[in-house]
Amino acid sequence: MELPQPDPAVLARKDALIARLRDILPEDAIIHDPAETRAYECDALTAYKCPPLCAVLPASTEEVAGVLRACHAMGVPVVPRGAGTSLAGGALPTADSVILGVARMTEVIETDYDNRFIRVQTGRTNLSVTGAVEEEGFFYAPDPSSQLACAIAGNIAMNSGGAHCLKYGVTTNNLMGVTMVQMDGTVVEIGGAHLDSGGLDLLGLICGSEGQLGVVTEATLRILPKPEGARPVLMGFDSSEVAGACVSDIIKSGILPVAIEFMDRPCIEATEAFAKAGYPMCEALLIVEVEGSEAEIDHQLGLIMDIARRHNPVELREARDADEAGRIWLGRKSAFGAMGQINDYMCLDGTIPVSSLPMVLRRIGEMSKEYGLGVANVFHAGDGNMHPLILYNANEPGQLELCEALGADILKLCVEAGGCLTGEHGVGIEKRDLMSTQFDPADLEIQMAVKDVFDPGWLLNPAKVFPLDVSEARRRPAMAAE
Amino acid sequence: MQPKDEAELAQIIAARNAPVWIAGGGTCGSVPEGVERLDTAGLSGITLYEPGALTLVAKAGTPLFEIEAALDAEGQRLAFEPWDARRLMGAGGAPTIGGVVAMNASGPRRIAVGAMRDFMLGVRFVDGMGQVLKNGGRVMKNVTGYDLVKLMTGSRGALGVLTEVSLKVLPRPEAAGTVLIDGLSDPDAVRAMSAALTSPYEVTGAAHMPQGPGGTPLTLIRVEGFETQVTYRTGALQALLAEFPHVRVETDPDVTAALWAGVRDAAPFHAREGDVWRISCKPSDGPDLGARAQAQGLLYDWGGGLIWALVPSGTDLRARLGAYDGHATRVRGGGDGIPNLQPEPPALAALTEGLRAKFDPKGLFNPGLMA
Ligand SMILES: Cc1cc2nc3c(=O)[nH]c(=O)nc-3n(C[C@H](O)[C@H](O)[C@H](O)COP(=O)(O)OP(=O)(O)OC[C@H]3O[C@@H](n4cnc5c(N)ncnc54)[C@H](O)[C@@H]3O)c2cc1C
Repeated sequence: MELPQPDPAVLARKDALIARLRDILPEDAIIHDPAETRAYECDALTAYKCPPLCAVLPASTEEVAGVLRACHAMGVPVVPRGAGTSLAGGALPTADSVILGVARMTEVIETDYDNRFIRVQTGRTNLSVTGAVEEEGFFYAPDPSSQLACAIAGNIAMNSGGAHCLKYGVTTNNLMGVTMVQMDGTVVEIGGAHLDSGGLDLLGLICGSEGQLGVVTEATLRILPKPEGARPVLMGFDSSEVAGACVSDIIKSGILPVAIEFMDRPCIEATEAFAKAGYPMCEALLIVEVEGSEAEIDHQLGLIMDIARRHNPVELREARDADEAGRIWLGRKSAFGAMGQINDYMCLDGTIPVSSLPMVLRRIGEMSKEYGLGVANVFHAGDGNMHPLILYNANEPGQLELCEALGADILKLCVEAGGCLTGEHGVGIEKRDLMSTQFDPADLEIQMAVKDVFDPGWLLNPAKVFPLDVSEARRRPAMAAE
Repeated sequence: MQPKDEAELAQIIAARNAPVWIAGGGTCGSVPEGVERLDTAGLSGITLYEPGALTLVAKAGTPLFEIEAALDAEGQRLAFEPWDARRLMGAGGAPTIGGVVAMNASGPRRIAVGAMRDFMLGVRFVDGMGQVLKNGGRVMKNVTGYDLVKLMTGSRGALGVLTEVSLKVLPRPEAAGTVLIDGLSDPDAVRAMSAALTSPYEVTGAAHMPQGPGGTPLTLIRVEGFETQVTYRTGALQALLAEFPHVRVETDPDVTAALWAGVRDAAPFHAREGDVWRISCKPSDGPDLGARAQAQGLLYDWGGGLIWALVPSGTDLRARLGAYDGHATRVRGGGDGIPNLQPEPPALAALTEGLRAKFDPKGLFNPGLMA
């Protein structure tokens, strides 16, 4: 992956910039010592690293506005950062950029149970939003696996999903409003404690814009009353085609599970070795979870198992209590950790129409052989969001490149099957150069025109999302400024 | 003008310099004088429907009823409950899916499952330069590039002419039941609805008619699901709401469906004169705003978060409401200098203007609509 060359003129203005930032922020909120900026050199896509010019940690919307005004005036690019758990390199700096981290902005501003929303500063972690309301019996629905660490800021920027989004939707479906600072320091309020926009849906546009349109400092989030209970059923099949057909039948039946998770044999084997969850050794395994009262759960699991039986499962295991439920989820939840124990891996995130699941899985198997790299599949089957994990050895020269090439081929396959490059992780730098396989030049041009409106100088996270050659003409004037 | 396909539409727009008014079924308002009507009826037909993937793709001019019939045959539906504006507007025509998308028209179930925008997976559209553009796709989860699907949904034709939309659809549940409460004041009704909506019983509709079908107040709380589930949940809600007098349960499918269709389409105002507004607000602000509106008729939906208000023609309702968290849109009435859409604060208005200038640099689409 290529990164744009840093602008020497910006590098030369470092001292002047720091001096100016000192008027806006306390000393301890400005990190510029090269030994310390290292902490911000990458996100969870650790194959790519570059320390920023400096990092700042403002504590309020006003401070964010001050920082952005200063950077805007001096023509310095800004990369917003939440918790740095992006798997797409979304928060990766360039050497001539300022990392603007919201990690100190973690306050709960307002909780309103009657009206079912919470308003927080966006540096707050995903899980601690639920943490703030669970005593009252509420939760915040989007639940990325990284929820202990990732911040609402990054969730909004990436429109993150989670295991339960089949029923509850992803971030954009649970976001009611934001306070956002534009690159020139203008503060805008979009949405609020009410539903839907009276004009253009700018909130829907901001969500998923990968930190390129503005810095989101506060968010109003929908909270929901907790269901009475939840329990899963585990089923094993001797082919992924059959598992795919079963998923389709469950969805058609009128039951709306909260989650339908899929694991294939390589993934089952790895997790069994690691977590010993007692999974059956088979080609494909599904975990289906439903919610409600005890009787409602029994009824729905009964229907689901009837459907499963019609597909001749090699294993059918209903969780009768919390303990058994925990055991069923254990393997799935430790899948990524298990893979990490045995290999380096790259996690892909393409989405496909559920109906092409068998074809895509078969092709991935063939490609895996062609490239000589193992691929394990674990993903959200209900919505077709795949997570093929490509296994490789980072210490062996050439393997990363080989792995990236296989990854690109798999993502192209997802697009050909009628799907897309990324279902929840975002484009960042990782899928930037593949954008042209999914979009025609005019489709990319209109998206860049949107950025022109919000950030005419292309200073906010400029080297992401769009292929570098496609965005070059827009980024160049930014470098020429001053 | 009635282009027969997307390519012809693109040609027309590319060559054009005079404004057009985009009309689907033409059920939401009339074409301004001197502006040519661009009819999407030629772009019609369901292009893909996969019940097992909960996905439907249709050309923008496809009649809504055609889509609903296709879904019904598979036991599925558009879960956001699009409202049918015809009776309220006194308009003919048949609503099209493109019109529903352009208006982000969502009904009572919006509070539980989301709005039209939350069911949008992809769009194709022709921009103001006559370019055919696409965004999103046909899959359930997609964060590839900016979400122009959301931007186009609810944009009322101001950014382009929709040519094709992909939607997420959902199974139609086996049963529905409604808990009915008689005689509540507006504040008590919102309290009751909040209690229901903060319970774990997955309420899919919470509305209050200060003047119900019998002329007295009626509060409605709906649950849907399997037969056994509806029995259990309506019972549980009845117990939860025991502090309110006259709580009963209606499970007759026809009665329930008719009640909710009435809420969805603002039936109480159909045969009445005057302007009709929709106010989106924080639910607990509902009763106070309702009082400030000094309306001839009110209807609360979304647990109090949506107020339909009937006021004499030419009333500047926004002046009566003052400041609050939300916005007010006039859906019936106009031509009197009072903007139908909520004016935006300057910074947001600048963004809206900027986007319109990019998508429609010649200023062709729906002149005056967003003004
Ligand atoms: C182990 C693991 C599991 C994961 N599981 C999931 C999962 O299940 N589902 C899922 O969707 N993702 C998952 N992710 C990916 C990642 O956690 C999400 O993308 C998350 O939302 C990133 O949040 P963050 O706060 O860490 O953002 P960062 O990594 O700091 O930044 C992400 C992007 O957001 C932008 N940004 C940050 N703050 C702001 C702001 N204030 N304003 C504007 N833009 C901003 C950045 O510029 C960047 O483009 C996983 C990651 C890991 C490491």
